[in-house]
Amino acid sequence: MTRALPDARGHFGRFGGRFVPETLMAPLIELEQAWAAAKRDRKFQRRLADLLRDYAGRPTPLYFAERLSEQCGGARIYLKREDLCHTGAHKINNVLGQALLAERMGKRRVIAETGAGQHGVATATAAALLGLECEVYMGAEDVERQALNVFRMRLLGARVISVESGSRTLKDAINEALRDWVTNVRTTYYLLGSALGPHPYPMMVRDLHSVIGREARRQARAVLRRLPDVLVACVGGGSNAIGLFHRFIGDRRVRIVGVEPGGEGISTGRHGASMSAGAVGVLHGCMSYLLQSDDGQIATAHSISAGLDYPGVGPEHAYYRDLGRFEFVSVTDAEALEGFEALTRLEGIMPALESAHAVAYAMKLAKTLPRTKAIVIGLSGRGDKDVHVVAKALGKQIG
Amino acid sequence: MSRLDETFRRLRARGERALVPYFTAGDPSLADTRRLVVEAAHRGADVVELGVPFSDPLADGPVVQRAGTRALAAGASVPRVLETVAALRAETDVPLVLLTYYNPVLAFGLKAFARTSVDAGVDGAIVVDMPPEESEPLASEAAAAGLDLVYMAAPTSTPPRVRLIAKKSRGFIYAVSLTGVTGERQELPADMATQIGAIRRVTTMPVCVGFGISTPGQVAAVGRVADGAIVGSAIVRLVEARAGSPSLVDDVGKFIAELKAPLREPLATSAVRARR
Ligand SMILES: Cc1ncc(COP(=O)(O)O)c(C=O)c1O
Repeated sequence: MTRALPDARGHFGRFGGRFVPETLMAPLIELEQAWAAAKRDRKFQRRLADLLRDYAGRPTPLYFAERLSEQCGGARIYLKREDLCHTGAHKINNVLGQALLAERMGKRRVIAETGAGQHGVATATAAALLGLECEVYMGAEDVERQALNVFRMRLLGARVISVESGSRTLKDAINEALRDWVTNVRTTYYLLGSALGPHPYPMMVRDLHSVIGREARRQARAVLRRLPDVLVACVGGGSNAIGLFHRFIGDRRVRIVGVEPGGEGISTGRHGASMSAGAVGVLHGCMSYLLQSDDGQIATAHSISAGLDYPGVGPEHAYYRDLGRFEFVSVTDAEALEGFEALTRLEGIMPALESAHAVAYAMKLAKTLPRTKAIVIGLSGRGDKDVHVVAKALGKQIG
Repeated sequence: MSRLDETFRRLRARGERALVPYFTAGDPSLADTRRLVVEAAHRGADVVELGVPFSDPLADGPVVQRAGTRALAAGASVPRVLETVAALRAETDVPLVLLTYYNPVLAFGLKAFARTSVDAGVDGAIVVDMPPEESEPLASEAAAAGLDLVYMAAPTSTPPRVRLIAKKSRGFIYAVSLTGVTGERQELPADMATQIGAIRRVTTMPVCVGFGISTPGQVAAVGRVADGAIVGSAIVRLVEARAGSPSLVDDVGKFIAELKAPLREPLATSAVRARR
């Protein structure tokens, strides 16, 4: 199994690629070259490493969730604590790298899309740090359910643009960001927030998040004296998941499981499980699995967590799914809420609702495994932003 | 020689340039689209572009986005649009070019799309989000079926890319006049002539210019440098305004006649004027 993917044109087997209007082709090739040059540039790499350590707070701990493990009565559960990163989620790893790249390319304006608002907040943060102009596209529905993050972005000096088209969620925010980029491509850097989109984004975002898995592998070796048995991470577009998984792909004994949003249940049609219920197609510049109609119209995803509310998935995940290297499962809104409550009560760690999907599945899985096994959960973010949504789902008032 | 090739050769021989109106198929209904295309051909359209709607049209501005939403609600899809084209062929032989995105084509099947399109009487197709690099699977089916694939050249396209596009394109080259999405603009881009010149240097293939062209005056200016003008949003906006009205077809027809008029002027005099 090779790690030298994607190929020169951005393909992971039949997935990925660059399905964009001609206007974006030359800029994407320029971006690919700029990223390749930045990767070779020692000074750039040192600056990024310094920021990841001193600003983002890396390395993040690998924490043994003892009470959660006891409660499940099976495998030992470890948390890779991306929730402790500055701004509260893994998103900052990617954002710092790309914001430095934007600066290096001489682009003073960055745009981004955001679902849960975590990528938007991270982008607004990096823009504040580097003195860049920042505009963030966010679906109108997400603006409502993630109001806290909207205000955080504004405090950080970013302009948040509410997107009213289509399903008014992440998918439509990406459409609008791409329309902005097509228009302002000469002056603007599009800081894409997940492991999807046209080449080189899936590769670049993966490269920047793979620090998660590199650290986790080293930490597991130190703590367990071996590799973990299972990795579990939630999959929206797939950035935190590929970040955790990538370094382990060649470790055949390590099971790798991505958790998709099951929403109200796959059978209801209201979910975001593109691997379980989707078909191969092209959206937002890449070929992958998508929720769509027989006529090739993109379907509306549904998830209680805005960050997973997307009808597609990154192309590298699609590739490793077809190879049988990655497994994909789904967890419903209700189960995710249970995962949220369990981790909060048993460990005093309030996960993002996205990450709670991974927690819920890991708990189910742990029960079926002996105590000698170790599961690592990619705990992609913290749950402060979701307190309103959780209160509403539980039928409770805040305060 | 394809119907597109013949059309541009005939126009060149007459010193005329092509008017290429765009309609979103199914807006406000497929029956209206049929009437609109026939009327457009009567009133001087040389080629008609038919948009097959896609749920996520990332190269389109608000006017065409809204038309796509209406068309999807009216049931437009690749097979329904092809049925409409087949029905149209009893009434007009104007060259028809489908304009759509990759996913609806892929869902229909690449081979089926190429073959069924040609069988229905479609002459060409433009797949907005399929650059030459990703075109091989569809291009081989299109070549086998005799469907002309038209590629877009953008202001950001580098000279090697323009050469690649010219090599791959059949029928004509679609020069995107500006960096941006579809939609009307007050002014034509100042560097349009330079962009067309760069394309002309690498190919003798006809060049039609689209994006942002909405008035007879702008069409006239395009006609001085290119072989054709593509008008989308302005027509779609008129369809939107007249939808449901008995004057829909006639009003759109009149507008198309106004747009075509400057393109009938012999090239020599207009070229002289352009140089002044
Ligand atoms: C905490 C958290 N986890 C996960 C995701 C999902 O994104 P991805 O699949 O790219 O990691 C998001 C997206 O907003 C998020 O905020």
